[in-house]
Amino acid sequence: MTELGLTPYLCLGAFLFACGLLCIATKRNAVGILMGVELVLNAANVNFVACARYVPSFALEGQVFALIVIVLAAGEAAVALAIILNFYNNHATVDVDTADELKG
Amino acid sequence: MSLEVVLFTVIATATGLSALTVVLSRNIVRSAVWLLFTLIGVSLLYFLLGAEFVGATQLIVYVGGTMVLVVFGVMLTAQQQFLKIRTRPQEWVVGGILAAALCALMVTVSIRLGEGRTSPPAEPMPGTGQLGIGFLTTYLLPFEIISVHLLVVLIGASYLARAKRRSREAVARD
Repeated sequence: MTELGLTPYLCLGAFLFACGLLCIATKRNAVGILMGVELVLNAANVNFVACARYVPSFALEGQVFALIVIVLAAGEAAVALAIILNFYNNHATVDVDTADELKG
Repeated sequence: MSLEVVLFTVIATATGLSALTVVLSRNIVRSAVWLLFTLIGVSLLYFLLGAEFVGATQLIVYVGGTMVLVVFGVMLTAQQQFLKIRTRPQEWVVGGILAAALCALMVTVSIRLGEGRTSPPAEPMPGTGQLGIGFLTTYLLPFEIISVHLLVVLIGASYLARAKRRSREAVARD
């Protein structure tokens, strides 16, 4: 392998996505789940920017949507932390297994 | 081996290992620190790809903004019994199988997608100027939508996280 192609970047994105998914599935701390979501969003962003580099017709779009995803991730983290703090104030725990009041 | 391949190998290994440690670490504070290294590694990858503006934005917004939020969230809720919440082994097994299967599937698709795209086009990535013109012409609608979205998030987050004062009647009732 003398030249880097698109595949290594996409494979790294796939690995980051799998790590994020595993983080969401296994963490019981609400802040840990938020970290998993950040990992998933970063995996998508790596794919966007890699495709922007290697697919000529996607050069501008990839960067634009990567920037939009970064901004949306910041907003998502702010709202999620506000909800987590509210839940912590009301229930004095961050274990998501105890957050089952909306169960049918 | 070119310099790009060496740099990519080093950065990608560091990023992947830190992402794996975020998942495997039991302590939530350590997870936050490893997530910080993962985000820095991803921004270095953007610089390697030639997308300087996206890399700088990742460093400023993610590493400087979002990570501070997450660390504050960890600190505000960090009591000893929540630092290390145990996960049941069967959850690890099911989640691990799911994640491994999905990773294998996506790697297969990635290999097929990347066929024939071994060398980047000769022209460099669009710079800050072209990105700015794009945001104010072709992508004006998404740009405005995320601006309004940020305003809504600002109001909603400060409303949700405000310090609650009990009303005078409630205090008097008690």
